[in-house]
Amino acid sequence: MSNSITTMIEVVGLKKSFGTHAVLRDISLEVPKGGVVALIGPSGSGKSTLLRTLNLLTLPDSGYIRVGASRIDFTAGQRMPRDRELAAFRARTGMVFQNFNLFPHMSAEANVMEGPVTVQRMKKPEARALARELLAKVGLADRAEAMPEQLSGGQKQRVAIARALAMKPDVMLFDEATSALDPERVAEVLAVMKQLATEGMTMLLVTHEMAFAREVADTVIFMRDGYVVESGPARQVIDHPAEEATRAFLSHFHHAAGAGA
Amino acid sequence: MNYQWDFSFLLEYKTLIWQGALYTLGFTVLTAVSGLTVGCIIALARLSGIRWLAWPLLAISELFRCTPVLVQLVWCYYALPILIGVNLSPPVAAFITLTMYGGSFYAEIIRGGIISIDAGQWDAGRALGMRIGALMRRIVLPQAFRRMVPPLVNQTVLQLKNTSLLSVLAVPDLLYQGQLITSATYRPLETYTMVAVIYFILLLPLTRGAALLEARMSR
Repeated sequence: MSNSITTMIEVVGLKKSFGTHAVLRDISLEVPKGGVVALIGPSGSGKSTLLRTLNLLTLPDSGYIRVGASRIDFTAGQRMPRDRELAAFRARTGMVFQNFNLFPHMSAEANVMEGPVTVQRMKKPEARALARELLAKVGLADRAEAMPEQLSGGQKQRVAIARALAMKPDVMLFDEATSALDPERVAEVLAVMKQLATEGMTMLLVTHEMAFAREVADTVIFMRDGYVVESGPARQVIDHPAEEATRAFLSHFHHAAGAGA
Repeated sequence: MNYQWDFSFLLEYKTLIWQGALYTLGFTVLTAVSGLTVGCIIALARLSGIRWLAWPLLAISELFRCTPVLVQLVWCYYALPILIGVNLSPPVAAFITLTMYGGSFYAEIIRGGIISIDAGQWDAGRALGMRIGALMRRIVLPQAFRRMVPPLVNQTVLQLKNTSLLSVLAVPDLLYQGQLITSATYRPLETYTMVAVIYFILLLPLTRGAALLEARMSR
């Protein structure tokens, strides 16, 4: 039991293929409670698929996933989990998407209230207070009434983070949360993510921001072709990669890493 | 041509005309509601990916989309009773036909509206822990519905016009009453002009409303 208290995310032997193309080949990893793990690697390496399987948006072919106290076993031959089980599992993990995916027909505040009200059956006044508090936390107290189309990319992504936090998740998953942003908007989102990490949120992020990964993450995992090639303490992997493949990949980011150091 | 226009005799038939207009409107509203229900069921079944459900419904909706509604109407009234051994009254046969005909077209509009919603919206709803019902009700349908409204209105305009075919089965709709009045008065020019004008007055607000909505949404 001590293991389940200290380890927030546990993945064993995860495999996923799309048709004949194997995207995840036997992935295992652990994230301690309060840990921040950055997944890096070239596009097509499977890192985004790995993140999506952790929220069951993509169902793995086999393997075992545990987040907090919720566990799902995808051992071959077992029946697929039902909609109800999937939903309950997902409610415990917050997810932030590259393209924000805010609900365009709802105000910023309503976006944040949606999960607590619809899924957790929270009373509206209570949910509204929670939404206000979270919007203030991401620096958008004054934009609660704004519709998504009236917000900048950085503001949208911060609303999306508040929306995920409203479910009081055990972990937060960030799928290239800053990749769709204008360069001048990246910092405001990273600042919110860094604050969350400081507060002890367990986080798993797919990112191309090497400076950020080096500074904020405890562990960096380098993936290629569906394998974990190398993983270790962030500074060690980014500054002194052991594998040639990692070194080759990181050489594209030299400036970014240098600027953040 | 030296024709003396005279609409005044129509006043004598105002009860008949009023009744016809009510039948036309009533059938439109009824079959729009039942057609939308059938349309929703076909659309959702086809989206469910459950083959034994989706395929028969697709076959039925193609059958109704690819045959003339007049043929369906006549078939349903004269042929279907032989198959099922139960005589159908003209209004019942008309109701079934227009429901299925409208429903088959509504289904395509509804299905198209739903699949036009970005996959990211489904992801975001699922990530919050929503199950399929909540996801549809709170996220997908409200967005899809806005896109569906103009084509749904257009289909309902067609639905109203198609009720004029009911006169073939002697359902006393607007056109049928016009035929009655003509045979009694021998004044088809005024009578059928009036019938056309009433259809026009009923439908113009609908088409203008749809155009307005469309313009507002493309902005």
